[in-house]
This record gives sequence, structure tokens and C-alpha cells, in this order.
Amino acid sequence: MIATRDAYGEALAELGGENDKIVALDADLSGSTKTAVFAKKFPNRFFNMGIAEANMVGTAAGLAAVGKIPFLSTFAIFAAGRGWEQIRQSVAYPKANVKIVATHGGVTVGEDGGSHQSVEDVAIMRAIPNMTVIVPADGEETKGAIRAAAAYKGPVYVRLGRNKVPSVFPAGHKFEIGKGVVVVPGTDLTFITTGLMTAAAVTAAEKLKAEGISARVLHIGTVKPLDKELVLQAAQETGAIVTAEEHSVVGGLGGAVAEFLGETCPTLMKRVGIHDRFGTSGKSDELLKYFGLNAETLIEEAREIVSRKK
Amino acid sequence: MKEKIADLEEKARRLRVAIVKTLHKSQSGHTGGSLSAIDMVCALYFHKMRHNPADPAWEGRDRFVLSKGHAAPALYVALAECGYFPAEDLMMLRRLGSHLQGHPDSKGTPGVDVCTGSLGQGLSMANGMALGLKLDGKENRVYAVLGDGELQEGQVWEAAMAAAHYKSDNLCALIDSNGLQIDGDVSKVMNVSSISDKFRAFGWNVIDIDGHDMGQIIAALDQAEAHKGAPTAIVAKTVKGKGVHLFENKASYHGVTPNDDELPEALRCLGCCD
Ligand SMILES: Cc1ncc(C[n+]2csc(CCOP(=O)(O)OP(=O)(O)O)c2C)c(N)n1
Repeated sequence: MIATRDAYGEALAELGGENDKIVALDADLSGSTKTAVFAKKFPNRFFNMGIAEANMVGTAAGLAAVGKIPFLSTFAIFAAGRGWEQIRQSVAYPKANVKIVATHGGVTVGEDGGSHQSVEDVAIMRAIPNMTVIVPADGEETKGAIRAAAAYKGPVYVRLGRNKVPSVFPAGHKFEIGKGVVVVPGTDLTFITTGLMTAAAVTAAEKLKAEGISARVLHIGTVKPLDKELVLQAAQETGAIVTAEEHSVVGGLGGAVAEFLGETCPTLMKRVGIHDRFGTSGKSDELLKYFGLNAETLIEEAREIVSRKK
Repeated sequence: MKEKIADLEEKARRLRVAIVKTLHKSQSGHTGGSLSAIDMVCALYFHKMRHNPADPAWEGRDRFVLSKGHAAPALYVALAECGYFPAEDLMMLRRLGSHLQGHPDSKGTPGVDVCTGSLGQGLSMANGMALGLKLDGKENRVYAVLGDGELQEGQVWEAAMAAAHYKSDNLCALIDSNGLQIDGDVSKVMNVSSISDKFRAFGWNVIDIDGHDMGQIIAALDQAEAHKGAPTAIVAKTVKGKGVHLFENKASYHGVTPNDDELPEALRCLGCCD
């Protein structure tokens, strides 16, 4: 168990040693976002921009315009929220080589409450042309994603969480932008999941097996561009899809899968996520339960959808 | 020097003619703010900035950010005059398929480094470039032209704060202070004065000039380059629509182009204004 933001801090500092074009920016949250690890190692390549997110985005775009590879970080709510228009105009529109690594996404931020729980950032970023959107499942995938983001030329949004999450992938797992991974094979339905919900889906699949239901788990690390091939294959081979994400069901992974399958291969579908509402204060494990973001909900939805198939 | 200034003044006059013709042809675009900024743009492209039209991506170039991106015609006529692209392209301004977008677009236009048009964002990008160039130990400078109405955007002051904090003395902001925005006088819509005092309070080196006096523009750019330890703001008093009495000091000509009836008078005026 490791928090994806911790993996980010490590990966960024490591990459910084390999490529001196990498610079980092933060808006007074470097201890939380873990860019402080990079800052300590490479003080002259770190820019604390103060509590001024819009300016941070623009500054990163300028750094990219002179050949740097800027990684900018703050909480997801402030990155995608305060910086939306700057990201659209100064980063995505010119295809600037800027990496936005937003931490503290989703409801697992916890006690800070709804104002700090970004449940729509993936939808906002996904709607912007040229933007690549990555939501890693665990620390190992995060490391691969940060590496892939640095190597990729263009705008990338990586959404990370605050808390430690269970491991899904073995050490050394290779991450490829735009490629989904079948984590568990199965034939009766497919869980298409992202972020910390992939671990929950693996647990759910194991329990369902005992009931004689064969659930596939397709992890989508890159919400955009969507791995259409694996999604279509899952729809055709299992005939039932349950998506799951720590995000609104509007516009996130569930939305992306529904949009795609609706036009290519209409399939029985359920979307597990936050149903068009804001978050609220609480401990993160309480909140996951409160919003039904766990294996239990996935099991119920799986049973239901499989029964509807017949 | 006198000769140099006379040359630049003549160049600016010709660029004004090009702006008027371009906007007349396109029948879409911003007249007033292009004419108020053109003297500064001219001084930058034909006197101050190191750049190479034959190699727009030349590493040794100074950088330019037209933060008030709606004045794109002022930038485009200068780039065409430099030879970044053929002057005929100007006639395609804002047309479907043209590389001359309504607002500067780095993806298509040679010589344009960043996308602007959403006001308030340019100074941040300019400072980002300045920081990056300094990191590489380069001497190149970054110039940004902003509108005075644009200064109402809070992000400008975030950028001003950051540029002073990081001592970006390779950065120079030129404020095209024509006193007008879309809805009227800047002082009435949302007063930003005193612009000079504000930049000074943020830790900038500030130079006040007449933005249509070529000698003053050049002297200010030289002073800015010589100043170490802080970025420089050149606060230039200008006239919106400058050079064509039909358009001068009229907020109504902000986003309005010369029509068929106005064109001859506008061109005559620019011919006489030598
Ligand atoms: C963020 C943003 N808000 C609004 C506009 C629309 N707009 C275009 S030009 C303009 C007025 C600009 O005034 P000023 O900066 O003084 O420019 P100038 O008078 O020199 O043309 C406005 C409001 C915009 N381009 N960007």
C-alpha cells in the first residue's frame, strides 16, 4: 500500500535526475502534492508560485514554450477548477508540453469536505481537445504513468489521490498511455474501472467467482484516449458492463464508456460512481462506503446486471 | 539615431496602412487596439528584438507575447513585413483554413510562440519563458504587450508578483495604455490607475512614456534591458485607433473594421500623417 501522490514524488525526483529539462511548479502545497521531494533535490528547477493557480498554469505553458517539461501540481479541485480556462487556452490549445499532476482527487480527501473533493475534474479535463487524462490505480502504475507523461509530447492530466491504496500491479509494471489492462479474466460481465476502484473490482471478482459469476476486470488507466479495442471486446464477449470510478458518473470513465458503446455496440450497463452530487466531510473509508464506492456495491450491481442479461 | 527613428516611424506608418487594408478585407477583427499598439510592436520587431524570420524557431531569438491577442493584426503585419510569411497571407485573416487565426495561434503561424486571446494570461506565459531561458543561462529577453483594460484580470497581478519574486530582469511588459476598453473608458468600467504605481508596488522597474514617440519607445526598451534585478514595465500612453482620425479615441472602433466608405479616408489620412 502506497499513496499515488507518494509514488509521484518519488518518480518525479527520479526523472529529474535523468532529464534536466524537467521542472516543477506548485501553488503552496508542495508538501502535500510531494513536489517537495523534487524541490529538495533540484531547488533551482522548482518554482513555488504561491497561491495563484491560474498564473502557475500560464507560467508552465511559458516554460514549455522554451523547451522545458513542466510538471505542475496542486489539489485536483484547484488545478482543474481554478485553472480550467488557462489549461484550455495556454496548454491544450497550443498542445503545450505541460504535465498537470493533480493530487487529492475524489472524495477520499475526506474531512476537508465537499469544497475540496473534486468529483468532476476528469470530466472537465476529458472535454478539452488535445488533453490526455490518466487516473492510475496504484503507486506502481503512477510511477509508470509519470514516466510515460514525461516521455509523451503534449498536455497530460494525471489524477492522484491522498491516501494509501492497495496495490494492483506488480513492481516494474509497464504503463502505456491509452492502453487498458485486463487484470482479471472473465466471461459473464466486465468491470471497467479506473483509479482506486480497480482494486475494489478485483476483490469483487474474487467473491463473485464463489457464486459462479465470472467477472472480468478491465482497468482503464488512461480515461482519454479510451482503449476502445478492449472496451468493445469486453462488451462483445461479456455482454454486460459495470463501470466504477471515484468520480461523478457524469462525464468520467462511465460517461466515456457509455458514449462509445452507445454508438458502436449498445450494451447493458451500470455506472458506479458519485451520482451527480457533491462530496461531504468524513473519513475517507466512511465516505467510500457512504457513496457506495466499494466491492459490495460492485457485487450487487454485477448480480443485478447478470440477472438482466437472461 | 535620428535616421533610425525616422526609418522606424516610416515603417510604423506602412504597418498602419497594412492593418487598415487587412481589416478592411477581413471585415472582422480589432482596429482600435491594433493601431494603438503598432508603434511598440514595430520598435520591437525592427529594432530591439533578436530574431530570424528565416528560422522562426532559432534558439537565440528573443520572445514576444501579444497578451492582448485581439490586436493580432498588429502582430501579423509586422511578421509579414519581416518575411515570416508572404504579405498576401494577410488577406486571409480570419478565413476558414487560414493560418492567421482571429487571435495568435502558435500551431499555425510562423513566428508565434504562444496562444493568446483570452486576456490576462500572457504575462504568466512570458514570465514562464523568462524563467526557462534564465535556467538555461541564456541572455534572451522576453517582451509582452498588454492592454490597460486587461490589467483588470487578477492573473496579471499574480504574474507581476511572481516575475518580481523571481527577479525576471529578462522580462519586459509593455502596457498599451489607450484608456479605452469595449464598454468605454477604463477609468469608468473598472479603474486600474495608477498603473505605474501598481507595478512599482509589485517590485517592478517602471518607465512611463508616450507610446507613439518612437524615440521614447526605443530609449525605454534600452533602459529596460540595462536594468538588473527586476522586470521592467513600460507604461505607454497611447491613443486607441491612432493614426486615423475616424477611429481615434473611439471605444466603438474596438472590434469594428473600416468599411468601404471609410477606407479611402483612412488611407489618405495615413498617407498624410507622415
Ligand atoms: C478573459 C477575456 N475576457 C474578455 C475578453 C473579451 N475582450 C476582448 S478585447 C477586450 C477589451 C480589452 O481592453 P484593453 O485590454 O484595454 O485592450 P485595447 O483597448 O488595447 O484593445 C475584451 C473585454 C477576452 N478576450 N478575454
